[in-house]
Amino acid sequence: MKLVTAIIKPFKLDEVREALAAVGVQGITVTEVKGFGRQKGHTELYRGAEYVVDFLPKVKIEAAIKSELLDQTIEAIEKAASTGKIGDGKIFVFDLEQVVRIRTGETGTDAL
Amino acid sequence: MSETVEVVAAVAAAVAATPVPNKGDTAWMMIATVLVILMVIPGLALFYGGLVRAKNMLSVLMQVFVIFSLISVLWVIYGYSLAFTGGSPFIGGFDKLFLSGVTPESLAATFSKGVYIPELSFVVFQATFAAITTALIVGAFAERMKFSAVLLFSVLWFTFSYLPMAHMVWYWDGPDAITDAAALEKVVAGAGFLWAKGALDFAGGTVVHINAAMAGLVGAFLIGKRVGYGKEPMTPHSLTLTMVGAALLWVGWFGFNAGSNLEANGLAALAMVNTLAATAAATLSWMVAEWLVKGKPSMLGAASGAVSGLVAITPACGFVGPMGAIVIGLLAGVLCLWGVNGLKKMLGADDSLDVFGVHGVGGILGAILTGVFVSPALGGTGVYDYVTNAVGEFNMVAQVTSQLWGVGVAVVWSSIVAFVCYKIVDVLVGLRVPEDEEREGLDIASHGESAYHY
Repeated sequence: MKLVTAIIKPFKLDEVREALAAVGVQGITVTEVKGFGRQKGHTELYRGAEYVVDFLPKVKIEAAIKSELLDQTIEAIEKAASTGKIGDGKIFVFDLEQVVRIRTGETGTDAL
Repeated sequence: MSETVEVVAAVAAAVAATPVPNKGDTAWMMIATVLVILMVIPGLALFYGGLVRAKNMLSVLMQVFVIFSLISVLWVIYGYSLAFTGGSPFIGGFDKLFLSGVTPESLAATFSKGVYIPELSFVVFQATFAAITTALIVGAFAERMKFSAVLLFSVLWFTFSYLPMAHMVWYWDGPDAITDAAALEKVVAGAGFLWAKGALDFAGGTVVHINAAMAGLVGAFLIGKRVGYGKEPMTPHSLTLTMVGAALLWVGWFGFNAGSNLEANGLAALAMVNTLAATAAATLSWMVAEWLVKGKPSMLGAASGAVSGLVAITPACGFVGPMGAIVIGLLAGVLCLWGVNGLKKMLGADDSLDVFGVHGVGGILGAILTGVFVSPALGGTGVYDYVTNAVGEFNMVAQVTSQLWGVGVAVVWSSIVAFVCYKIVDVLVGLRVPEDEEREGLDIASHGESAYHY
């Protein structure tokens, strides 16, 4: 099993969710986050004071999947989240040791 | 025939001797008063509140709300008496302490001979001016001053700076006594110092704006910069609320400016038109200047421009024509933008919400330009001569000189008084909260509550 974490542009969330559903991903967790990468920040001006905003808002999605689905999942996120411009985000993949469905007690791939 | 004329004259004299306030004037004064209250709570509170960080929102709302309450009480106890009774040219006396002798039948003079309003309506109208002036100051030391220090300072500064300024600029016996040149001299001798100097201040450019701005600037210097000023972001937490506050200020300001005419007549309407035109012009000029210089037209810029226009037209609103008002507004927007940028950097004080940059710069500009655009040649009303009962000869140099007297006295008097008051407060309770409380935010540290629950 794999845990796929992706940082994407916030307005791409719906497209990514649809693309993941289409390849058979059963569920995702979404978090609003802030961070920086190569895109850097922007400046804001309030009367005389200028502030550099270093951290830009992004959306982090996490999906626990069967290992067989990994390539399709990565491809789906890549395609759906891409604008071709700087700041599109990154995908991180982790090995996932165990999954438990709390309601039934099922474990492993059955719980995905 | 001549007997009839004599009888009519006698009746007229009797009527003039016991004037009855016009119900329209009276109603207008009470509405105008409520409009000024709207400017303070919630207008000014929201305008300022939106500009601070979320952790200090309630502290600003609270300071404005409580100063309004505090000054309202002090006003009826001794403020009105010290500001609006005779005494010396610099301060009134205690004849109307606790509003003694002020009954529903008491009358206050207006700017027209034979026209009076109930004195109590004048008392409450003027109370709101005292309250908003004192509340304006908190913008300069927002986000770091101790609440007890804010209250103590407010009491002291209101007593020793606001009351003398209001007396000096606005106290006179009213027009009825001015029947000839000798009578005029007598009225001038008994009037406030700046009134006697001929300084024109229709609705409070010197008394309200320059006065408050100097107290704010001195405070920003004495209290020191906020922790992290210039290093950490101190961005406004809600420009939405700031816009709501600026809009409420604008609406309420019609009561402030047009109400200062004390009668519901054509001059009040002139003040209203000027308050609309100058403010709109200042909104546009600040926005365009910001767009050209900084690259983008901002909502905060538009709202700040509106306030700068309101400030600048305040002393002028009953004296200048609408085209003069537009010029004053256009200049105010650009000059106050400089006030919160170039001038602010030159001064080097952390005037958190730009009380001096907007109210000081706009107030001084408006006070001086009142002396220019009051000129009948420039569309102004001219200065009324109560001896001849007509508009008098206009001398711009003399008028601008009078205006500079008003500006100079306001700047010097308020600064000195504010300096001493801050020092007294510092000794008695201390001016600033401890650094850890400032970092935590005044809402929790000083008031034990949070503005928002996310």
